[in-house]
Amino acid sequence: MSNVVVPTTLDEALALLAADPQLSPLAGGTDFMVEVNHGARRPVRVLALRAVAELRGWRRDGDVLVIGAGCTYVSMADPAFAVAAPALAQAARTIGSPQIRNVGTIGGNLATASPAGDTLPVLMALGARVEVASTEGTRTLAVDELITGVKRTVLHPAELITSVRIPVARGPQEFCKIGTRNAMVISAAGIAVVLDREAHTVGCGLGSVTAAPVRATDAETFAAEAIDWSTLRAGAGTTERFGTLAADAATPIDDHRSTAAYRRHAIGVMARRALERCLS
Amino acid sequence: MTDVATHRRTGAPRVGESAPRPDGVAKVQGRFAFSSDLFAENLLWGQTIRSPHAHARIIDIDIREALSLPGVHAVLTADDVPGELHYGLEHQDQPVLAADVVRYFGEPVALVAADHPETARRAAAAVVVSYEPLTPLVDSALAAQADPIHPDGNVLRTLTIRHGDLDATAAVVVEGTYEVGMQDQAFMGPESGMALPSADGGVELFVSTQWLHADRRQVAGCLGLPEDMVRITLAGVGGAFGAREDLSLHVHLCLLSQHTGRPVKMVYRRPESFVGHVHRHPARMWYRHHADTDGTLVKVEARLLLDGGAYASSSLAVIANATCFAAGPYRVPHADIEGTVVRTNNPPCGAMRGFGAVQSCFAHEAQMDKLAAALALDPVELRRRNALATGDTLVTGQVITGAAPVAEVIDACASHPLPDLAAVDEQPMMHRPGGAGRTADAHHVRRATGFALGFKNLLFSEGFDDYSSAVCRLENGAVTITCACAEVGQGFVTLAQQIAREELGIDEIVLAPAETATVGSAGSTSASRQSWMSGGAVQAACRAVRGRVLQQVARRRGVALDGLVLRDGIIESLDGSVRVDLADAVDGPIEETAEYHHRPTQPLDENGQGDAHVSFAFAAHRAVVDVDPELGLVRVHDMTTAQDVGRVLNPLQAIGQIEGGTAQGVGLAVMEELIVEDGIIKNRSFTDYLIPTTLDMPTVRIAALIEEPEPDAPFGAKGIGEPPTISSTPAIVAALRAATGLELTRVPVRPQDIALPRS
Amino acid sequence: MRASTDPHGKGVTMDVTAIVNGVERTADVEPRVLLVHWLRDELGLTGTNVGCDTSSCGACTVLIDGRSAKACNLFAVQVDGSDITTIEGLAIDGELHPMQQAFHECHALQCGYCTPGMVMAAVSLIDEYPDLGDRGVRVGLEGNLCRCTGYQNIVHAVLQAAGEQERHP
Repeated sequence: MSNVVVPTTLDEALALLAADPQLSPLAGGTDFMVEVNHGARRPVRVLALRAVAELRGWRRDGDVLVIGAGCTYVSMADPAFAVAAPALAQAARTIGSPQIRNVGTIGGNLATASPAGDTLPVLMALGARVEVASTEGTRTLAVDELITGVKRTVLHPAELITSVRIPVARGPQEFCKIGTRNAMVISAAGIAVVLDREAHTVGCGLGSVTAAPVRATDAETFAAEAIDWSTLRAGAGTTERFGTLAADAATPIDDHRSTAAYRRHAIGVMARRALERCLS
Repeated sequence: MTDVATHRRTGAPRVGESAPRPDGVAKVQGRFAFSSDLFAENLLWGQTIRSPHAHARIIDIDIREALSLPGVHAVLTADDVPGELHYGLEHQDQPVLAADVVRYFGEPVALVAADHPETARRAAAAVVVSYEPLTPLVDSALAAQADPIHPDGNVLRTLTIRHGDLDATAAVVVEGTYEVGMQDQAFMGPESGMALPSADGGVELFVSTQWLHADRRQVAGCLGLPEDMVRITLAGVGGAFGAREDLSLHVHLCLLSQHTGRPVKMVYRRPESFVGHVHRHPARMWYRHHADTDGTLVKVEARLLLDGGAYASSSLAVIANATCFAAGPYRVPHADIEGTVVRTNNPPCGAMRGFGAVQSCFAHEAQMDKLAAALALDPVELRRRNALATGDTLVTGQVITGAAPVAEVIDACASHPLPDLAAVDEQPMMHRPGGAGRTADAHHVRRATGFALGFKNLLFSEGFDDYSSAVCRLENGAVTITCACAEVGQGFVTLAQQIAREELGIDEIVLAPAETATVGSAGSTSASRQSWMSGGAVQAACRAVRGRVLQQVARRRGVALDGLVLRDGIIESLDGSVRVDLADAVDGPIEETAEYHHRPTQPLDENGQGDAHVSFAFAAHRAVVDVDPELGLVRVHDMTTAQDVGRVLNPLQAIGQIEGGTAQGVGLAVMEELIVEDGIIKNRSFTDYLIPTTLDMPTVRIAALIEEPEPDAPFGAKGIGEPPTISSTPAIVAALRAATGLELTRVPVRPQDIALPRS
Repeated sequence: MRASTDPHGKGVTMDVTAIVNGVERTADVEPRVLLVHWLRDELGLTGTNVGCDTSSCGACTVLIDGRSAKACNLFAVQVDGSDITTIEGLAIDGELHPMQQAFHECHALQCGYCTPGMVMAAVSLIDEYPDLGDRGVRVGLEGNLCRCTGYQNIVHAVLQAAGEQERHP
């Protein structure tokens, strides 16, 4: 028989997890509950994280944005958040509907580890660090260290994602995604492009086109060299080439949401357009 | 009689006015009881065990473990069906529970009743069915030649129309092949209902449905009970659109209730709903049009192939519609058309709004645009030159005797002011193709327009004895109307009150529950027929009551019957000697029952010729679409429509039907399809079966409701529910073709069809 | 919140206390029970409908602490201590909420199955953004599906309730 526990502090949550390996953490529930409703997941016991205050919200720590694992997508619509992390704010806005954004969290998006998780390409492009805690201590992972495959992570049963750290934006950023409907749709392909005007680097994360999160590193390197960082301009053909290289990094599949060929094509087009928007 | 004026009409809306829905207040308060809200003491919960295979032999069903679970009260299989083992709307070929073979993914195999829904689900999982999988027949093109997958064979019906000179040809010939995917009705309230044992050993069923008496006939047959021992009452319906015309859980609930002697309730979840009802037939269509150089149509050739899936449902009537209306609402002197619907191991298909006409309209309208291009003629002008009118002959040889204001429909729609075609820049990103996904900047977007015209029959066809029944009872000045017409959201309850008020001049009209024991059949809530048929029955019953009232008054007051009139609830004689309120005019109740039949139709002969249809309704749509050709994403920017409605009985409701019907056409054009691979539906959820959201639907603009009264119809009103779903899809695809230059021969148009047309 | 064993032998139950439509409700709830089923089956508030089980359709939308949420997406025990409003809690002393009145007058419903969730989402939307035009209402209601109306009369109703003149896009 299933049971739900509702701790109010992080320590309490971690202690409960340590004591009970069959306890499944539950954040906003936007993925978890669907699986429960369809009988695909029959959790033995559930750790509901909604009441853990330490996991909520976000704060700025110098050049770093510290986002609580329980930070909801709707919180990321805050104008101050959107200035510090424009692509993440954009990605959060594309998720689900107001009702979903009111409860869905960034920690849940990471832990679910769906290839279609919309914040993942942004976090990849930003080189985000994910803090994971247990009663034994904490460790920090990159997103592609945390997520190893479709709905697969390296989290131990006693571990909880507690926060995500990303650099505050130092240049233009863009996120876009493909759905076959104009709202409330799961991404068939997504992309984030992040420019750092101080480090002169380009980040490019892909969504829904690989089993585990990837960066399009060839595209990133190419663009970083092609961009004139003083003017944020680039020579003719730069954005096209960037699109081609980004598409080359995709290894999509055919499924009921789209085709591999279209997904690869869409990544190329979106990468080009996203970089065009970032350049002046 | 000085006080009659106070009884006069207080302004309750009558025919032609926007009366509010009588169920509206309950619905906005959450007090309207849907079939999923039913409850009874001592209730058990039913669950259905379904086939995971598209085609398999059943080797064994082991129910022992399921039966042994605490709280489980029944586990039933085909062996427990006491009456007929098969049911069907037109052709009785679908097993209540599969006995030896399953023919589609999700076919019911066994049933469970338990004291808690979760227990029922666990018991269902504990039923062990051993299958020997068989190769599924999933290609409709191979079905006719393949080994039969059902004792009744694989060809459900072939209909051939040979009209005029089959060897005729003309200067300009265009040819094309078209495809329509499998659409789902996707009503919002999944199937649900409750059955209770009745004192006489029969059963009472409360269920959401479209046709109570057809349900009763089939349920009684399968239970082995006389029809009067099965009483079916309409429970609140969460949308229908054709999907509730066939049985779903009806017999299952009654079997479980009869077996346990207790009330049993079932509620499908969405994934089960997707296999629990029929879908719109997928179609493959080949066409060749012949026209003179001035655009006059000479001949249409067509071959239509519809995939009926595993069981017949209403396929026989759907293929008749697809074939009869294959040439479109145009004068076509010569026609060579053949339509076939076959059986496969795909999900069963049947009724959905538009019913066969949707599929062929997509094809004939694409052909008309192709012909216009070949002739270098404006597509609207080509349609105008060939538009049907009253007195013209259809390809079935039937002469249109009723209203056919096709030219008026075309002109009204085409001449309505266009939105600004260059204004893409002003659209916020959320309202561009790709919407919330932020994919398109204004300069990526092309805007274009497309036009389409469609039609279909109203009411049932081909000699079917189609009727509706209603009872009108006048007692103490109050009127009660009883009619078994299924209110599924369309607003018949509103119209019934308006009609009764119109006929009797009394504002307060009570509607009795729709059920089988108190009144005869109302026929199906489908085929755009209830305003006409049940509206006609209500009108006739009210007129019969009025006649008896006038007779009584005439007799009692010694005045001539033909000198009396009933107006606004007051009976007056022309000479002024009588003036009495209807409520005070008679002693005791007056009750009259009426059965309304439309004029008879004929079956089609071996050449597909005959007066098979009662009436026709026409609609045109003009679509303005924004498309991002590089990504293949679309946003429909504007839909303008004109429709032939005969007469508007309730403007708000009529417009609501047109807006909603248009939305379903938008869905078919650009997103809605059940993806079926090897007979298995891959997207059985609202996460992946996408229907339009607020951001996918544009404002629908009504250019005109053409009111040319239909001579046969009560109040001259035509049904209005289906035409909007027919012409909307092809108009959108025409606009997409104009924007992209692509052929786009298949709906729904997928992003890759535009972005990667050769892949 | 306190855990105990259910007297009917159903296993562990938990106390949930929440304000539902202004009334404090305390109940022993099995942890696996979804909020929507608690509302419908235990509290008899059947106005909140279930349409999809995948938080896609919005038919089960209720307000939790004033914000719209999908009640098929939460365990009942998760709303312990919250303030919940369902469609039954909108009308005051039998007088329809302006949003309900507008839905009725504008014919913003046909079958009515999506209506309770749509009304709740609209109430939440107008509460947060009182100054929306046609486009804003469409953006705000993206999470609620309707299959009957094509949304147009729903948009009219929300604008009417918000006391706005409709602005054509």
